[in-house]
Amino acid sequence: MKPETRKKIDELFRHYPERRGALLPAIYLVQEEFGYVGPEAARELAEIFEIAPVAVWEVLTFYNMFYTEPQGRHHVYVCTNLPCSLRGARPLIRCLEERLGVHAGETTADGRITLGHEECLGSCGTAPVMRVDGVYHENLDLERALAIVDQLD
Amino acid sequence: MQTEPYTKLYLSEHYGNEAFRTLAGYEAAGGFQGLRAALARDPEEVTELVKSSGLRGRGGAGFNAGLKWSFMPKGDERMKVLVCNGDESEPGSFKDRMIMQQGPFQILEGLLIAAWATGARRSYIYIRGEYQYPIQCVRKAVAEMYDKGYLGRDVFGEPGFEHDIVVHSGAGAYICGEETGLLESLEGKKGQPRKKPPFPAQHGAFGLPTTVNNIETFAHVPYILSRGVEWFRGFGTEKSPGTTLFGVSGHVERPGLFELPLGTPLREVIAKAGGVRNNRALKAVIPGGMSMPVLTPSDLDVPMAEEFLSERGTHLGTGGVMVMDDTTCMARVACVISYFFRDESCGQCTQCREGTGWIHKLCERIEAGRGRPRDLELLESVPALMEGHTICAFADAAAWPIKGLLRHFRSDFECHISEGSCPFPESFEL
Repeated sequence: MKPETRKKIDELFRHYPERRGALLPAIYLVQEEFGYVGPEAARELAEIFEIAPVAVWEVLTFYNMFYTEPQGRHHVYVCTNLPCSLRGARPLIRCLEERLGVHAGETTADGRITLGHEECLGSCGTAPVMRVDGVYHENLDLERALAIVDQLD
Repeated sequence: MQTEPYTKLYLSEHYGNEAFRTLAGYEAAGGFQGLRAALARDPEEVTELVKSSGLRGRGGAGFNAGLKWSFMPKGDERMKVLVCNGDESEPGSFKDRMIMQQGPFQILEGLLIAAWATGARRSYIYIRGEYQYPIQCVRKAVAEMYDKGYLGRDVFGEPGFEHDIVVHSGAGAYICGEETGLLESLEGKKGQPRKKPPFPAQHGAFGLPTTVNNIETFAHVPYILSRGVEWFRGFGTEKSPGTTLFGVSGHVERPGLFELPLGTPLREVIAKAGGVRNNRALKAVIPGGMSMPVLTPSDLDVPMAEEFLSERGTHLGTGGVMVMDDTTCMARVACVISYFFRDESCGQCTQCREGTGWIHKLCERIEAGRGRPRDLELLESVPALMEGHTICAFADAAAWPIKGLLRHFRSDFECHISEGSCPFPESFEL
C-alpha cells in the first residue's frame, strides 16, 4: 500500500483505546486505494494490526461493503427490501439487469459497472432508491434509473 | 430525502433551515441551552431528571434512557464511554438519517449532556457505512465543535470536564444495530452480538463501562434539560412521553417523516401521509420497522406507543410504519421479509442461522405455488424453535413478522398452496 495510506492508518490509532478498533476504517482506506482488499493487502493489514491474517479476512467477508475481489469502476446498488419492493424496486432492478446484461451481483464484461441489490438503505419514504458510487438516488422510476446508469463512463 | 418532516414539533422545528446545520445557526436557535442547564446541576441530578422525564430509547427497545445512564458504575477508575447508535438498519426506518443531516448538533449536545451525567470521557458515533452523506454531516459538526473549543478539555468552560467525540463508520451489516454487535464491530471485529451479562455498563466498548443510546434518543435530551420535565411530558402518553419521527412508507399517497406525539392513533399517522394511495383499501400495517408483527385495519385506532401496541401483540420499534393496500400478497411479503433475515443472520447461533434459512425456503416455495399441505404447520413450528433460544433478539425479530403474517393472513398462504398460484394479480412484483 502507498505510504500515504499507511500514514493515514497510523493516525487512526489514537482514536481507539485498542489498536484493533481502527481496523474497519483502515480497511476502508486500503479499499479506497485498490478498489478491493485481496489476500495480500489483508496480510499487510494483519501485520500492521498485529493480528492473524484470518482475523482480517473474517472481518472483510462479514461486512457487505468490503470487497475481496476486484469490482466494476462504478457500483450500482438497488434496494429491494420491503418498502422499496412495495414501490416497484423489483421491476427496476430487472430493467437494469437487462440494460447491463448482467445479473445482480455481477460486473459487466468491460469492468464498467457492478450491479447489486442491497438491503434497506434507510430511504423508505423516498422509495425506490439506488446507491450509485455512494450517492443516493431516490424516488426513482425506470427512465431515470436507466438515464443515471447510462451516463456512467 | 426530505429536508424536513411533513409535520413538525420541537425536535424538527428548525429542520430544513440550512443555518441550523451550522454551529452558529444552532446556537442562534437556542442550541446548548440544555447543556448549560445540565452543567449547572450535579451529574446525578441530571440523570435523575432524564429518568423522571420518562424518555424512552427511540432505537427499538424503548428502555428508559435515564435509567440506562444510571447503570454506569460510579467510582470506577476505567474510562467511561458513550456510544451513539446511528446504524439505523431496521427496514422501514429512516428518521436518524434526517436527524444526522438536519440536526447534527442536537445529537452532539445530547451526547455532552449524557457525558456530564455519566462521567463519560469519550463518545463514539457509530453510523452505518451506507450513510456516507449523514456521516459527512456529523463529521463536519464535530469538527466545528473542536474548532470552537467546545470539545476536548474544559468543555463549555467547565473545568475538568473533558470529552472527545469520534465518528465511526460501519460497513454494511444489519446486526450491528444490536448494541453488543455494534460494540464488537467498533472493536474491529465481526459484528456478532455478545452474551449478556455482562451488560455494556460493566463491560462495553473495549471492555470499558459503556452506555449505548440511539441517535434520536440523544437528540431529545437537550429539550428535556432546557424546557423541563413537565413541558416534555406535555407531549405523548404517560408511559411514553415526547414526540418521535414516524416514518411512513409503502402504499400511501405521501410517504415520509412526520414528527408527532407518541400515542398518536395509527389512523391519524396514516392520514397525515395522505391515506392509502389510489383510494385503495388498507390491508396491513407493520407499525415499527420490519421486525414487528403486522396489524390489520381493525387496529387503526391503536395509539402509537409501546404500551398500547404491545397489548396487540406488536411493538413501536423504531416507529417505521409500512402500509400495504389490498392488492398486496402477504405470502410475497413473507418472502421478502424472510430473505432479509436469512441474509443478515450473523450465523453465530444455530437456531437463527438454520431457522432463518428454513423459513425463507418455505416462504419461497409457498409463494411460488409449490407449497405442500403441511408446509404451514412447519412454517409455524420453525419460529417457535428460534424465539428466545439465541444470544440476541435477531431470531425473535426474524420469527415475529412471520408469526404475525400467519396469524392474520393465513388464507393468503393457504390459497397459494391449494391453488398453486397467487390470488393477487395486482400485487407488487418479486
